[in-house]
Amino acid sequence: MSEAGSQADRAAILGSIRRALRRGPLSGAARQAVDARLADPPRGPAVGRAALAEPEKVALFCQWAEFNNATVARVAAADVPGEIVGYLARNNLPAAAAMAPSPALEALDWASQRMLTLRHGRGEGADQVSITGAFAGIAETGTLVMASGPEHPVTLNLLPDTHIVVLREGDIVGGYEEVWQRLRARYGKDAMPRTVNTITGPSRTGDIEQTIELGAHGPRRMHIVVVGG
Amino acid sequence: MQSTARSFKDNVDTALADPNLQDSLSKLKVGFSERRRQAAERLPEFEALRDRARDIKNHALANLDFYLEEFERKVTALGGHVHWAPTADDARRIIADLCRSIGARTVAKSKSMVAEEIGLNEHLEALGIAPIETDLGEYIIQLRHEPPSHIIAPAVHLTKDQVADTFLEHHSKLGFTRRLTERNDLVAEARAVLRQKFLDADVGLTGANFLVAETGSSMLVTNEGNADLSNTLPRMHIVLASIEKVIPTLEDAAVLLRVLARSATGQESSAYTTLNTGPKRPGDLDGPEQYHVVILDNGRSSVLGTEMQDMLRCIRCGACMNHCPVYGAIGGHAYGWVYPGPIGAVLTPQLLGVEEAANLPNASTFCGRCESVCPVRIPLPGLMRHWREREFERHLTPKAIRQGLALWGFMARRPRLYRRMTALANRLLALLGRAEGRYRTLPLAGGWTRFRDFPAPPAGGTFHAQWRRRKP
Ligand code: SF4
Repeated sequence: MSEAGSQADRAAILGSIRRALRRGPLSGAARQAVDARLADPPRGPAVGRAALAEPEKVALFCQWAEFNNATVARVAAADVPGEIVGYLARNNLPAAAAMAPSPALEALDWASQRMLTLRHGRGEGADQVSITGAFAGIAETGTLVMASGPEHPVTLNLLPDTHIVVLREGDIVGGYEEVWQRLRARYGKDAMPRTVNTITGPSRTGDIEQTIELGAHGPRRMHIVVVGG
Repeated sequence: MQSTARSFKDNVDTALADPNLQDSLSKLKVGFSERRRQAAERLPEFEALRDRARDIKNHALANLDFYLEEFERKVTALGGHVHWAPTADDARRIIADLCRSIGARTVAKSKSMVAEEIGLNEHLEALGIAPIETDLGEYIIQLRHEPPSHIIAPAVHLTKDQVADTFLEHHSKLGFTRRLTERNDLVAEARAVLRQKFLDADVGLTGANFLVAETGSSMLVTNEGNADLSNTLPRMHIVLASIEKVIPTLEDAAVLLRVLARSATGQESSAYTTLNTGPKRPGDLDGPEQYHVVILDNGRSSVLGTEMQDMLRCIRCGACMNHCPVYGAIGGHAYGWVYPGPIGAVLTPQLLGVEEAANLPNASTFCGRCESVCPVRIPLPGLMRHWREREFERHLTPKAIRQGLALWGFMARRPRLYRRMTALANRLLALLGRAEGRYRTLPLAGGWTRFRDFPAPPAGGTFHAQWRRRKP
């Protein structure tokens, strides 16, 4: 496709929009108004349940996560590896997992769990279990936020049958807007990681007779380990 | 996709006589609408959010050129590419060229109504590139060579047994030779078959629910996770989206997300809401090397600034069809093209021309339920009425109806004549069969009495006559 052709197509669409709106490119006060709106995005109507204080916020996150078919355990940092091994045993899953290469996860006391085999890296097609951290949790809907990067490959969120997520209580926020603020603070106002997955419970489909079945393409089971302190 | 909207009336007859379809539709009526009601009740701010969602889309449409350029600037800055497609033809050509540029043999597709709109699959197949639908519903209908019948539940017209037969027919050559009877087994088998196809695909093609101008992100909402596999495993990710999908900021996305899933399926949130921004970054362990966004106009820009502009707010939640008595009786295929239900009755005449789709805006009882549930408050009945007027003006209404209406209009403007004629008709009808209370056949009304009896008028004269007598 020629560069000139694509420039003509671009001009055709933008020109057609402007003709329909009966104006040229935005300028003057109209332009300033949209620039200002982008620079400082206005929020929508406040949602009460997204504005709870600390202990209720964590409880609300857990409640909605369970409503959406995830399971939740609340433990201290030292007990995370033990909780994960216990979860795998309770569900008759192999004591082996692919784990995200994140310093925060590596710092946990995995040596205490000799039975557990960990592979560090991205997800592969045959993985049964993955372990990842999370950028944030959203109390409003019990949703996890995963930001992609060298420490968090996207494939770990999707390919395994069982996804275990380690989430710090301090990373649970009330609503979506707080996640956007955190993303801007971490990556800059104009930048984003390649992928931000917000995930609410296990994968599901209602495509056969409108009846929900879990584990359509992504994980069948999601277990969230909420770490206190 | 080839339109059959012209044969709408025949399509309706076929639909009403299809027992499998009627069985599936009976489940639809209770499922989606009841779940939407519960979800709306769980969120006290729901109505205020709908108002805001409407305002956000109106603002985006009024500044559409600005936000599209802003979106392009951000995508380009992060190493992605934006392609502009004025027509369906252009979009097909751009996508095919991108696929060929890396020698692609297969494309893993996640459900995209815009891809259906431009007939992308047929085009790729003709070029020897295999499109693989990965959304379970789309996969099922692709195997059956059927079009989708609902914008968020494309296989909603099928029963579990029909799916089981389809899988047995197509999967046995892959070693899955048992006919399955349980839903979860059917889902697991499709997952296994499609997993390998994902791993082998060269290109992942997805639609977008929103394009966020602020960050240059495409935003996609799904439940299965197939779209995320499509945008992560293959070497190239192509996003296909129409111009009206652009919104200003992430804050605006939060408002729209709060009404979208609740309106669509009654979920608090869909399982996966994903923001994709550009290709794989240095150090990333997965993700595509190339990221392309194809922005399609296909006649939409000409709707801006007209009394039909409201239709461009649509966020494709499907609530209007879930609550439509006509859709509930005939299903999606009868509408004959990509977009069924009330929004289809408004969109199809715009995108295909009123000649092609003249019947669709008549497929409404004007009960108003669609408008009452639309998360962005599109006045669907009003827009359908607009098309009916265009249809009438352009003499697309059949002659019998036009002459009948003209006669009625002539008399209605002459009250005395009207009363005389109706009184006469009333007495005539009484002679014909008031004893039975109904008519099996009636001169000039064969279209009605072929399927149902016509009720006989009650004794006591015309409505006008009774009104005069009973008036206080
Ligand atoms: S018209 Fe409204 S209710 Fe119908 S699909 Fe679009 S947004 Fe949903």
